[in-house]
Amino acid sequence: MDVTIALFLIQDGIINGAIYALLAVALVLVFAVTRVILIPQGEFVTFAGLSLAAMETGSVPGAVWLLLVLAAAAAAMDAGAALRERSPAKAVRLAAWNLVPAIAIAAAVLAMVPLQLGLGVNIVLCAALIVPMGPYLYRVAFQPLADASVLVLLIASVGAHLALTALGLVLFGAEGYRTSPVVSGSFQIGPLFVTGQSLLVVGATLALLAGLALFFGRTLIGKALMASAINRRGARLVGIPTMLSGRIAFAMAAAIGVVSAVLVAPLTTLYYDSGFIIGLKGFVAAIIGGLGAYPAAVAAALAVGLLEAFSSFWASAFKEVIVFASILPVLLWRSLTSTHGDEED
Amino acid sequence: MSALLEVGDLSVNYGRVEAVRAVSLAVQSGEIATVIGANGAGKTSLLAAIMGLLPSRGRVVFDGQDLARVPAEERVAMGISLVPEQRDLFGTMSVADNLALGAFRRGRAEIPARLERVYALFPRLEERHRQEAGTLSGGERQMLAMGRALMARPRLLMLDEPSLGLAPLIVRDILQTVSELRDEGVSILLVEQNARAALRIADHGYVMELGAATMRGPAGELAADPRVAEIYLGAAHGMA
Repeated sequence: MDVTIALFLIQDGIINGAIYALLAVALVLVFAVTRVILIPQGEFVTFAGLSLAAMETGSVPGAVWLLLVLAAAAAAMDAGAALRERSPAKAVRLAAWNLVPAIAIAAAVLAMVPLQLGLGVNIVLCAALIVPMGPYLYRVAFQPLADASVLVLLIASVGAHLALTALGLVLFGAEGYRTSPVVSGSFQIGPLFVTGQSLLVVGATLALLAGLALFFGRTLIGKALMASAINRRGARLVGIPTMLSGRIAFAMAAAIGVVSAVLVAPLTTLYYDSGFIIGLKGFVAAIIGGLGAYPAAVAAALAVGLLEAFSSFWASAFKEVIVFASILPVLLWRSLTSTHGDEED
Repeated sequence: MSALLEVGDLSVNYGRVEAVRAVSLAVQSGEIATVIGANGAGKTSLLAAIMGLLPSRGRVVFDGQDLARVPAEERVAMGISLVPEQRDLFGTMSVADNLALGAFRRGRAEIPARLERVYALFPRLEERHRQEAGTLSGGERQMLAMGRALMARPRLLMLDEPSLGLAPLIVRDILQTVSELRDEGVSILLVEQNARAALRIADHGYVMELGAATMRGPAGELAADPRVAEIYLGAAHGMA
């Protein structure tokens, strides 16, 4: 291996690592606030990527229908709960609160996509389409289990992932798609050939991480999310609704999924089921980082990206094996050194 | 004077165990009511049920409004705050952040004024406002838990064993603060094992035994009641 190849692998590793970092941060965020290990995080990425690809050709992405179905299910559940309390007015209000935004977004997508207004508009539409799926998914699949054990939540999470993957096949088909890059063009630094898109990946990841740090450090709602993660009962005692924290955490995870998709969709071909492998690598990074600390998860994600790049050079057939096996020594080390792994509450 | 909080026939079950059995009590506006009783009498479950943290049967009426369908978070917004026995602080966040979150339902604009008030009550918290809550001493943690509850500007403050595990001098300070709060118009429901100290500052008292309220009356009368004196004051004195 010469320096050129090493530099190329490092570049590749950093780009992949940046994407895994985004996924890992989303997983850590959702787990801290809701104790859900969000296996469907990868589906947010593929649905967003495939929606973008569809919009590029001027066709309406199937995700529109998924959004409407999820909104209808959430509306039915909220209204049902209100009716059990015998307050029909509240039922109507909650149903409208769930349905109206989804219908408005769907209408906007249906009206604007065929006009092919360009990548910027498409990204906004894609975000409007995918981000609300986070809170709806939380409402439908996880809120009824809010007090269940981590294991039960994990099983629900696997169920949500399987359902979404199957729906992905129905909505987007079995074919893979790639989008055109947000930043086109490339240039050379010494022996290294750098594309604009890969610089965007690193830059956008850094910007998003900085934004998250500001959100948690400076805003009351960010601190409230963190408080729900630290002590759920304490959070209720100051009036932070658990449900609200869960919905916000899922919305943020879906938003991070959209950003990941915009960054990754021009670099790799996405299929309806690509989310699992991408999400799993983010998961490996989150676990290596301890599933609790953002900086550790980001560092671990970079390590995973570099490990993947170098193992694809030396032992490309075992690339995935090496990446996923790297979790074992870390788990072993953690279980030997940790004094207690239980939650405080 | 109408009661701010009225609890009627409240019962709490853990599986088959009845932790609270048909307890009725009232807290008048601007008074301190205390519930005394031995460890395991159901006092903590009673407060958790009033707060809406535990499912219960019976009636909880706050300021004329039935709370049956009101979740705990909304009860905070209505003006009920609970300082739990475990304090439930946000351990890895600073004292100032813990306090700011106490005003979550009041909004950002109210934080500075409330903060000033809480720091006036507990100057120690201002000295340590940058410190992580998890690194505070027991007494400071109790102050922070009370301060956080007061940030929500409650009309009813419920305190669960504020003296637990604290040195006698700190207990005196904290109960002194509780009396001051009453004088400012905050109504207080105080649960204590330390019956002597609680009855000294309370207006009304209830005695709980095995989940039921067995005695009630003005605090002075309860303190003088030979049965109370024999069972609780003697025991509390012996333990102190």
